Parts: sequence; structure tokens; C-alpha cells
Amino acid sequence: MTAQLRPSLAACPACVAAPHDSSDQAPADARLALSLPGIHCQACISAVERALNAHPGIHSARVNLTLKRALIEAEPELRAADLIPLLESIGYEAHELDLAALAATQNDKIGRDLLMRLAVAFFASMNVMLLSISVWSGASDATRDMFHWISAAITFPAIVFSAQPFFANAWTALRVKRLNMDVPIVLALVLALATSLWETFLSGEHAYFDAALTLTFFLLAGRYLDYRTRAAARSAAEELAALEVPRAIRLLDGDEYEVPVADLAIGDLILVRPGGRMPVDGEIVAGQSELDRSLLTGETLPVFAEPGLAVSAGEVNLTGPLTIRATAVGEDTSLHRMTDLVAIAESGRSRYTSLADSAAKLYAPGVHILSALAFAGWYLYTFDIRTALNIAAAVLIITCPCALGLAVPAVTTAASGRLFKKGMLIKHATALERLAEVDTVVFDKTGTLTAGTPEVTNLGDHARADLEIALALAEGSSHPLSVALTRAAREAGIRPAGVQDITEVPGYGAEGLFRGRTVRLGRAAWVGAEQGSQTAAWLDSGAGAAKPFLFTDALRPGAAEAVQALKQTGKEVLLISGDTTGAVEDLAQRLGITKWVAEALPADKSARVQMLADQGKKVLMVGDGLNDTAALAAAHVSVSPASALDAARVASDIVLLGQDLSPIAEACGVAQKATRRIRENFRIATLYNVVAVPLAIAGLATPLIAALAMSTSSITVSLNALRLR
Amino acid sequence: MSVLAYLIPISLILGTVGLAAFFYTVRSNQYDDPEGDSRRILSDEWDDKPKP
Repeated sequence: MTAQLRPSLAACPACVAAPHDSSDQAPADARLALSLPGIHCQACISAVERALNAHPGIHSARVNLTLKRALIEAEPELRAADLIPLLESIGYEAHELDLAALAATQNDKIGRDLLMRLAVAFFASMNVMLLSISVWSGASDATRDMFHWISAAITFPAIVFSAQPFFANAWTALRVKRLNMDVPIVLALVLALATSLWETFLSGEHAYFDAALTLTFFLLAGRYLDYRTRAAARSAAEELAALEVPRAIRLLDGDEYEVPVADLAIGDLILVRPGGRMPVDGEIVAGQSELDRSLLTGETLPVFAEPGLAVSAGEVNLTGPLTIRATAVGEDTSLHRMTDLVAIAESGRSRYTSLADSAAKLYAPGVHILSALAFAGWYLYTFDIRTALNIAAAVLIITCPCALGLAVPAVTTAASGRLFKKGMLIKHATALERLAEVDTVVFDKTGTLTAGTPEVTNLGDHARADLEIALALAEGSSHPLSVALTRAAREAGIRPAGVQDITEVPGYGAEGLFRGRTVRLGRAAWVGAEQGSQTAAWLDSGAGAAKPFLFTDALRPGAAEAVQALKQTGKEVLLISGDTTGAVEDLAQRLGITKWVAEALPADKSARVQMLADQGKKVLMVGDGLNDTAALAAAHVSVSPASALDAARVASDIVLLGQDLSPIAEACGVAQKATRRIRENFRIATLYNVVAVPLAIAGLATPLIAALAMSTSSITVSLNALRLR
Repeated sequence: MSVLAYLIPISLILGTVGLAAFFYTVRSNQYDDPEGDSRRILSDEWDDKPKP
């Protein structure tokens, strides 16, 4: 490979190619990943794979329908940008994915590990159960002893391998002198194995090998479900992050080079095309344009940009190409500094105790005391260590939190699956429980309640002739206001006037010649008008004063329904925005929100959320911008749309995958139902204990009763969880 | 009862074979795309001979 880089050889491509082919032992294949949101059937898989595999330079391509992705191995010089038009030409939407951001899900080690342990526990418990059933149905004497010995031989290695996660967790908890759910589990396993082995030595009647194994199996099943739910959410969240491939165009001696954002250094000249996002903080050195700062500050009015203006990473360039000189890169950009704020607020959330934790806190000491009392009582009664220990072990096994271990993961898996179908991604383990407690909802305005696309409000106020000129000028531009104006005028049946020599002046607007007069559509100052408080584009038709086209932000689909539904369920709805008072008041009235705050700085937002929390309110924060991140992290639970900035998505517990906001209200309902089911499950598990524990303490429990109690409680708990679907 | 001396080892060996097969399928990424695999059987590509 290095030979290719030598200038003397590279001058003659043929010389390189000829010896290269034969000696190329390890071709450094480029690996590409494409997201294909539109594929759904066998025909799609075949079509995409056939098209990709036929493309020169691709070694192999394979579609993964579950993840809706294509993984491609190709020549190093092949770019994803070359393949996207190819797939679009056969009718499939495709986006490039950043493989580095996906790397964590590619190799799902923990999940596989758990699955293997689960399989071993299942295999061993089925075999031992077979032998145990023979014992229960009457095998006696030498046969029974032999069956017990074989069971022991299967059980010990299986437990040593399968139960490792419990041993590890219990050890970490004990080392810091605390109790968690895993401590009684490990104690029960160890005590059950020890007494059973002892009984086997003495040719005893009862051995709990099968109980120890089924216990491990059920608990591992709970762990695996829990892990799967979170892994699915994590991989979907990572895919969202991977969709933004971090690349920038660096200018070097007048040439453009596409480089990863991570490689940019302070002082680099970077070209940002219209529609592109600022990769780093910097200062404009050339070009004129307008900047959309809504993701950072919440203001909807675009800002005029000219050389000398400082820009921060995350702002979007709207009209003309800009060249910026980087002043801060990577960790030092304002985007990254904001994440420090998030880290501080995050520590507050981790104080939340989940239902499972509070159950464990009650449960773990309770079982230990119960079992110790049973041991002490029977020892004092019979002065026989063997009987006392057997009964203590039986108490531990019967109370063991099989059903408790399944109670929470089974419900969250069902609820998360249901919400995922509605387009909601539950990222945090306790997010559902926290969502169920919410009584106050705080919305951000720009990009959350509004879609971020402007809409003309006063089209009817203009004369037809003016509209025709405005349409002609707007049509050629990709500025969001022009696009909105064009769409509205076209829908109203307006035909463009014959304006000639239309040119776009970046940062100002468009101008042209109409019947010998210069006509302009653009910023207020450019056409000699006064800028008002509302977003507007001004038309100078060459006759009379300039006329404004006023714009308002279009509502996001489902916004009105979501606010309505939340208010109906008795929740208080607030609107806190960084935008101007007029715009916020207008939107609040349209949606019927009575409490609103405008011109809020990022710190104000999080302070207000904090204040509500101090009043004892459980706040749900819905926001998308950088200015919301601190508030998102400070809230009891937080939601952000998929279009949000990466930092905001990371800070929130739930991500809305679609455009529609209405699932938010439904999610609150599902979360409440899920919490109710979890509590029900705890009650079911307790009920079984109330019946079985007295039997165990009285010394009447047999391995058969233990097995029955454990299996039925685990199965009823899982079935109860399934009712959520 | 001497038949047990054969039957128990046989049942254990068969179980172990199943377990080993499961390990093999997990390690060779056969559960990565359950949705896609269930649809791929509908394709008539590679019906005559396996994919090289």
C-alpha cells in the first residue's frame, strides 16, 4: 500500500497497478454503512443488494432488515455519496451512517455473554429437572442417590458459569458494605448448593439442585430482557447520532479538501456551504449570508452574517457560502462546554430510586432476617444443625426474588416495545417510572412545538401584481422564507411575473428587473424599511413603499393535540422559549397555553425547571436546542425530537423518532399503566411468598413445592406484563 | 434399571450437542437479522447452489 504513495510511482498509474494486484495480501477494504429507512420486504433486500453488488468497486454488500441498514465492503476510494444516488434511482431513500458512532452496537459482547449463560442455565435446569421429577415420582435408595449425584455434577459447573453476573454484582455491593437484590440471590444459591450436596452425601431425601438452576434461569431471563430493551434503544439512538457524519471542507491554498471534523485545528480556513452547519467556533473571513441560530438560542429570526462576525458550532448557514477561520475546535467549542452543564444536572437525576431498588431495599434484609430466624428457631427446637440448615435454605430459595427479578424488566420490555411502535425511544432505564409521575409539562417553542419551517400569514393583504413579482423573485432562492413564500403563492394559484436578470445577493435577498424597474425581495434594511418584531421578507416593487410578507413558524404536527391531551389529564402546561415576546405570546394563544415565558436564557430555563422541582412538581421537559440541554437534564424526565441537536438528545431520556408530537400524551398514559403493572407484579410475587413461606418455616416445604411456587409466580408475572401490549 | 446407564448419558450427550449448536449459531452472528433472515427464504436467488 505504501508504494502507491511514492510520487515517482504514482506518476504512472499503470506501473503501480501491475505489481500491486499480485502482491496485495491485505487489501484495506473500506467499510461503509447506509441507513435505509424505506426497506420492508424481501423484494427490497434483493433489489438493494443486487444494485450494490453490481456497482464496480464493491466487494460485498449485505442488507440487515432488522436494523434497516446495508453494510458494504468496498475499495478504499469508494464513497457513500456515490452510492446514495444509485439507491435513490431505484427508489430507496438512503443516508450515510458514521461507522465510528455505530461501533458500540456492532459488537454486542454483553448481550451474547448473557445469552450464552441463559442457554447453559436452561440446558442444565432441563436435565436436572428430568432427574428431579423421577425422584419426586418415587425413585428411592440407590437410584435416588445416583440421580442426586448426577444432578450435582451438572449443577455445579453450570452455576459457576451461568450465575457469574450475580456473583460479580453481589461482590461489588458487599465490598462497599451495601445490600442489593443480588446478595440474597447469591446467598440462596450458595446455601442451596451446600445443603443439597451435604444431603446427597448422607443419602438424604431432599436436594434443591433443580431449584438453584431454575432460579438462575428465570433471573437471567429477566436480566436479558432488561438488557435487550436498553440495547435496542441505545442502538437506535446511536443511529440517530451516526446520521450526522462529522465532515467539514478545509481550504488549503485555494483547494477544497473534505476532512473529518476531529482533524480540524485552530486557524484552519473552513468553507461552509448554504444549508451546512458550522463544525467549529470561528470568525467569518469571507462571504455574506444569514445564519439560523434557532438551535442554539431559540430565536427564529435569521441573523445577518458578514466578515468579522463570530460564529459558534451548530449554527446553520442559510444563503451564501461562508469561509470561517476556526477559533475553537473539539472540546473547546461552545457546543461542548454546554455538555458540562448537563453533567452537573445529571447527577441530580441519578438520585432517583427506581421501584425495583426500593423493593430490594425492603426485601433483602427481610429475607435474611427471616431465614436466620428460621435457622435459629429450628436449631433451638431440635439441636440438629442439619434440619435447621435445610429449613433455612428452603426459606431462602422460596423467597428468592425470581418473580421480583422478572417483575420490572418484563413490564418495561412490553411498554417500551409498544411506545417504540408509536415512534418513541425510551433511552433511560427508569424513564418510564419517572414519566408516570409527571404533573407539569414544559415545552420549548422553536423546533419543538413549531416545526422550524416558516409559513406566510398575510398573503391576502397584497395586490396580485405584487404577489406575481414576489413569486418570481422567491422561486430561484433556497432561503427558507423564499421556499415558504413560493409554496404559499403557488397554492393560491399565482403565476410568476416576467422578472428578468434575477440575482441572489447572499445575506440580503434577491433582485431583478421588471418593466425597467429594479425589484427586490429581502431584508428590511436592504429595501429601506423598518424591521418589526415579526419575521418578515420585504418586497420593493419599484413603486411606492416596501411591503412586508409576514411569517410565523408552522406548528409541528400533533402539537395542538398533545397540549390538549396533556391538559385534559390534569397536567399543567408551560411554554418557555428564548424567542421574542411577540412570537411566544402568539404561539401560546394559538395552543391555549396560559403560562409562558419569553426571551429566556439557557440558564433561566434550567433555573425555572429547578424552581418547579423545588415546589415539589415533577417536570417533563420537551426541548430540542442547545439552549434547552441544561433544562432537559435538570427536569424529572425529558423528551427531545429526533431533529434535535445531538447534545439535547443525549441529555434527554426519551427521543421522539417521528415528526408527530401527539405520542407524548399517550406515553404518559402507557407509563402510568406500566407502573401500575409493576406494582401489581410485586403484589403477586409477595402473595406467593405469603403462602409458601409459612410452609417453608414450618419445615413442610419440599423441592417440589419450591419448584411449583417459583415457576407459577414467574409465569403469572410475565403474563401480567404481556397485558400491556 | 440397568438401561439407565445408557439412557442418562445419551440424554446428556444429546443435550450438549444442542447446546454446542446454539453456541455456534450465536458466535457466527446468526441472530443479527432475524427479520431479514425470515424473508430471505422467499428469494429465489441461490436456489440452485449456495452463495459462494
